[in-house]
Amino acid sequence: MREFWELYTTFFRIGGLTFGGGLTMLPMLKYELVQKKNWVEEDDLLNYYAVGQCTPGIIAVNVSTFVGYKRKGIPGAIVSTLGMISPSLIIVSILAMFIQQFMDNPYVAHAVGGIKVVVCALMLNTVLTMGKKSIVDKITAVMAVGGFLLAMFTPVPTVLLVVLAGIVGIVLYKTGKLSV
Amino acid sequence: MDNVFIQLFIEFFQIGLFAVGGGPATIPFLMDIPSRHDWYTKADVVNMLAISESTPGPIGINMATYAGFHAAGLTGGIVATFSLVLPSLIVIVIIAKILDKFNENPYVKSSFAMIRPVVTGLIATAVYGIFQTALFTAKDGSFQLPVFPLILCAVFFVAMNLKKLSKIHPFFWMVCGAVAGLVFKM
Repeated sequence: MREFWELYTTFFRIGGLTFGGGLTMLPMLKYELVQKKNWVEEDDLLNYYAVGQCTPGIIAVNVSTFVGYKRKGIPGAIVSTLGMISPSLIIVSILAMFIQQFMDNPYVAHAVGGIKVVVCALMLNTVLTMGKKSIVDKITAVMAVGGFLLAMFTPVPTVLLVVLAGIVGIVLYKTGKLSV
Repeated sequence: MDNVFIQLFIEFFQIGLFAVGGGPATIPFLMDIPSRHDWYTKADVVNMLAISESTPGPIGINMATYAGFHAAGLTGGIVATFSLVLPSLIVIVIIAKILDKFNENPYVKSSFAMIRPVVTGLIATAVYGIFQTALFTAKDGSFQLPVFPLILCAVFFVAMNLKKLSKIHPFFWMVCGAVAGLVFKM
């Protein structure tokens, strides 16, 4: 029972402390799940994120569902998801009543200005760390750059990019160029 | 059916099912709802997006709670949010079960070995977008080069990579950012 509580509170913390959208949750997820609790490996996190890109729903929530399932099966998946969405439910409901005053408050605006800068630094850090983990040779380097360029400059949907990458992986494996 | 909770469930379950790839994908769906229900207006969507920078949580969840709240108060917010996450909860559990069985399968391992760097590339484009929106776009939409924020960003980046500080919870940095924002009136 205590493990379920831990699952709930961990994801409550992650959901509750991440400002700036789903992607900025990655540093939090990494810290709580990989660094602090060792529930998942960094590779797993990337894998879950990849799958989350191809499935419906919010990526942050999808990752929490994955991890919750890994820890404690279906009940775990439900608990972790609940944990992730609880802070939003509480805070947004309160805010919805005061939204205009909130947006007009100059202190809020200044604080947000500062938070934006930190979010940029955190995200840069995260993507560089991910790069270090996922780019291990020339092939993976090409994949990363290719993914970046295609996503940036072409209308190819991300789902397709992920599927294509998977196919490349299988082809390389079958032709003996990749060992797993 | 007239019951607002059932309608909220139907609308947000659909969004949860069809908005593939994350929070921003929900926005077109959210913009569409005002034409069929008077739960909130398009302007409200824009407000909520703006506020999402300063509220915790995934943007899609925040939007659902907000829309539901507007439609039917606290219970509405809860219903909308649950409806939004239900489809992905089901899908992910199914996929996780499948992946579990095929964990050591070489096809699965080799696909993910290539998928991971591509996803890193994808995230890199998102980071570029974040930099652009947060730092390089002025309030009127034009390009700006904000020297001080950029310097501050660099300072934070270096700080969080220092050996002694690299194990700190990211939220600590957010608080530093908020304090810096207040002190320097950013």
